[in-house]
Amino acid sequence: MTPVVRARGVRKSYGDTEVLSGIDLDVEPGAVACIIGPSGSGKSTFLRCVNHLEKIDAGRLEVDGRLVGYREHGGRLYELREREVAAQRRDIGMVFQRFNLFPHMTALENIMEAPCRVRREPKAVVRERALALLDRVGLGTRGDAYPAQLSGGQQQRVAIARALAMEPKLMLFDEPTSALDPELVGEVLDVMRDLATSGMTMLVVTHEIGFAREVGDSLVFLDGGTVVESGAPREVLADPSHERTRAFLSKVL
Amino acid sequence: MSEPIRAVPVRHYGRLVFLVALVAFLALAVWAFAGADIDYSVTLHFLTADTVLSGLGNTIVISVLAQALGIALGVVFAILGRSRYAEIRAFSAGYVWLFRGTPVIVQLLLWYNLSLVIDTVTLPGLGSWQTNELITPFVAALLGLGINEGAYMAEIVRAGIDSVDKGQTEAAQALGMSRLLTLRRVVLPQAMRVIVPPTGNEFVGMLKTSSLAYAIQYGELLQSAVKIYSNNLMIVELLLTVSIWYVVLTTVATVLQRFLERRYSKGVQR
Repeated sequence: MTPVVRARGVRKSYGDTEVLSGIDLDVEPGAVACIIGPSGSGKSTFLRCVNHLEKIDAGRLEVDGRLVGYREHGGRLYELREREVAAQRRDIGMVFQRFNLFPHMTALENIMEAPCRVRREPKAVVRERALALLDRVGLGTRGDAYPAQLSGGQQQRVAIARALAMEPKLMLFDEPTSALDPELVGEVLDVMRDLATSGMTMLVVTHEIGFAREVGDSLVFLDGGTVVESGAPREVLADPSHERTRAFLSKVL
Repeated sequence: MSEPIRAVPVRHYGRLVFLVALVAFLALAVWAFAGADIDYSVTLHFLTADTVLSGLGNTIVISVLAQALGIALGVVFAILGRSRYAEIRAFSAGYVWLFRGTPVIVQLLLWYNLSLVIDTVTLPGLGSWQTNELITPFVAALLGLGINEGAYMAEIVRAGIDSVDKGQTEAAQALGMSRLLTLRRVVLPQAMRVIVPPTGNEFVGMLKTSSLAYAIQYGELLQSAVKIYSNNLMIVELLLTVSIWYVVLTTVATVLQRFLERRYSKGVQR
């Protein structure tokens, strides 16, 4: 089976600083891959490359068997037009650390926006689906609330529902609980766990080691822009084979 | 039971001095105007004269249309100023530089005298017109005031767009929204909160700047006063008449601005 995400030798620099120095990574359909690592290790940058919010400088990055941001023809790469990049992104949901809900729209409007405007689906159909999604993330009664009226945990759950409304094949999570008060982390992780159980393919950058251990199918430890260690979460966490992994885990566990 | 505090309040002498000075100044001003040879009944009488009312109507029309043109141009040029292409960004910057860099009265006179530069306008297949016939005082005033205003609005809209968090654009992009859709549905509505107050300020300015169109024979409020006082010589009386109308207009504009500000703070202050 084609992996949903396939990265080979992915490199990315900002000026003279190399942030990603050759990342190899696969995410199989229906799998949950968690990326952990110290801040500045390049994990968020890698995630942003997957939906082309950042361009990679070298290597290959494929989602669902298709090159991200380029078309290959006769051995040459052609940059995709913006419209084509946007079309690729439609199948990839992304959840941000700081939620990034649209503050001038209600929770329901946030969820309905892209299906209505991008996929041009009929409003009534989208509304049904949006209400069902709100229900699924436990906010069935808060559809009319504006983001500012919701707690951080509630906002992040709306953000997850908003991404799901586009019926993506892959969900990217960029430290989804890092901006939350400790007591609100659980409700977001519960929604993510539920999503994983339902068979969604997920790539999760996180500091929640417990979540990675219980929900993750694979765990990648990133440091200095390279994959230091990867494997089954329980094994990597219980018995890391690299000193750097051990040092990092001893700090966060 | 404890004793309630009965302290002597701090005396604010500066405030007292200011009040006395202000009252004295106002009294002087009133005394000057009351003692002058001004017939206030004339001022009031001409408030509703046909010429003045028609001038009032024209001032409202030209201000609203020129401001609308300015807003449209401002949005377009602010977006062009954010283009990926350096040539387009330079075009936008050049527009702002040129029209903000010359006095609006000069621009009005240039538009009005456009026929000295281009004498006929020809649209292939549609016909040909004398520039003189096309550029009426109204058209010259609209172009002059509107295009000048667009340069200022472009800066205001740019500031508004820049005030919106980058994460908003990223979230919209991640949902597969195009640049234009992102701008229209996500960025601009949020930028409005920053754009509306200075735009209201611009419109209040426009209501009064439109009086410059008097110089190119456009029949706005000030021109109506000049027309009347050149007959009856009641100069100050008529200038006061139009002043009253300008204050009324700007007051209404201010109320409208507050209303719009409340509307565009949706989701923010709740």
